[in-house]
Amino acid sequence: MTTWMAEKSKHYGLIIAIHLLVVLIWYLFVEIWDVPAYVMPTPQATLAALTVDYNWLANTKVTAIEIFGGYFIAVFVGVGLALLFSWFRLLNTTLMPLVVSLNMIPKVAMGPLFIVWMSYGVIPNIIIAFSICFLPILLTTDRGLKEIEPDLVDLVRALKASRWQIFTKIQLPGSLPYIFSGMKVAVVLAVAGAIVGEFIASQEGLGYLMLQVQVTLDTAAMFMAVLLITLVGVALYLLVLALEHVFVIRDSRVQ
Amino acid sequence: MSEAFIKLDAVRKVYQARDEEIVAVSDVTMDIEQGEFVSLVGPSGCGKTTLLKILAGLHQQDGGTVSIGGGGVSFDPSRDVGMVFQAALLLKWRKIIDNVLLPAEILGLPMGEARERARDLLAMVGLDGFEEKYPYELSGGMQQRAAIARSLVHDPKLILMDEPFGALDALTRDKMNLELMRIWRESRKTIVFVTHSIPEAIFLGTRVAVLTARPARMADNFRVDLKMPRKLEVKTSGKFGRYALRIYRLLGLE
Ligand SMILES: Nc1ncnc2c1ncn2[C@@H]1O[C@H](COP(=O)(O)OP(=O)(O)O)[C@@H](O)[C@H]1O
Ligand SMILES: [Mg+2]
Repeated sequence: MTTWMAEKSKHYGLIIAIHLLVVLIWYLFVEIWDVPAYVMPTPQATLAALTVDYNWLANTKVTAIEIFGGYFIAVFVGVGLALLFSWFRLLNTTLMPLVVSLNMIPKVAMGPLFIVWMSYGVIPNIIIAFSICFLPILLTTDRGLKEIEPDLVDLVRALKASRWQIFTKIQLPGSLPYIFSGMKVAVVLAVAGAIVGEFIASQEGLGYLMLQVQVTLDTAAMFMAVLLITLVGVALYLLVLALEHVFVIRDSRVQ
Repeated sequence: MSEAFIKLDAVRKVYQARDEEIVAVSDVTMDIEQGEFVSLVGPSGCGKTTLLKILAGLHQQDGGTVSIGGGGVSFDPSRDVGMVFQAALLLKWRKIIDNVLLPAEILGLPMGEARERARDLLAMVGLDGFEEKYPYELSGGMQQRAAIARSLVHDPKLILMDEPFGALDALTRDKMNLELMRIWRESRKTIVFVTHSIPEAIFLGTRVAVLTARPARMADNFRVDLKMPRKLEVKTSGKFGRYALRIYRLLGLE
């Protein structure tokens, strides 16, 4: 047990150390090359941007809501659609190609249209984040459901198991390792989607704030905004890892 | 003559593949008594699995009649079938005991009782003390024992086994044959057992049905008159050899 804990703390220590190292390199880079602050601020100057009243908390909250909202809607819709496709083959053959071509629409280009349809706000940004990140979840779930042994399904079908029983007891747990690999890819897409949405059509959020401070050349604030966006993304990623740790048990994780 | 537990009469099954019809089973007629152990042998792809799936109610035959439940034994198609496949097909995210309980969960049986029964069954198949382990912690043979316990947990009247020991090494396979012989005698179930191994078919079966290459047609169906319980040395007896020769001839392997 104690060796396990020592192992763990060593692991986390290494993670923190590597991040601190990057900050140090950033600091040295700015100092040694004497980079002007409007090009690249030092880590301290970036941190100091927090003292300027840019509504950091409220803006971060808005961006986080957009990212998490779009993301979790995508998880439910992606898994749900994959399930429906596996239940109804007709749906699969007709809708899957449509989903794929719809996915090719550049979501960024849809931004201005969303303003026309829904005006500014959180909702269109949630929709952009959702639409940009749900396909990998749909595809990996679809793949996971196909990997389930047909004999296993036959075994419970011989007992007249309902569709719902087959899904909850066999298909869903069986495809969780796949679903989570799609969910991990989707995190970064959800972040990108929400920020692009804010660039195009928003009056709040960290992406919107970046455009504001760009005008005044407050590069430190821009750095801080990027840092906060990254932290929101990392928080989401860690949440997904934690969920995976809880729900994907033992060696079904290694695949 | 009393009515049999299972009656297959001129059973036929045709698969629709792209541009051709594959006759997987053609004209299989056979009676199986309650409590019998029927070995089904035949070349690969001859339709054995298809026949089992028809018995399990997973496929509908395209011709002939299948009737299960007769000879004074009732049969509920939704809960009287247990299945074992070549792969153990345990759910790797579930402990062994919870794997064994799967059919009971599906059928909505009282879980307290089912758990008791699952423990007893695990003891019967020699997996005492492995209840809380995960499948990956068990060897292939042990996983297959757990799969056998799972097929028995809802106390079905008919067990269908599709090459259950096909993936095991020869020694483990002999051991599992002895175990299955004991389990069958203790549980008094009707078992239909598909195998590629002719010695295995004779050793375990009270009856051996031989199917010909595609489409599966009944080439022979005979009682194995060897004293129960059988021990491995029976395989060296003259009678055993004559049964084996009879099957080899039918399959053109003389
Ligand atoms: N779902 C299916 N669709 C089309 N052909 C099938 C299907 N299942 C089995 N077959 C064909 O039917 C024949 C019998 O298959 P099967 O019953 O699995 O044989 P066995 O178990 O004796 O090896 C094979 O030729 C196989 O290719
Ligand atoms: Mg087969």
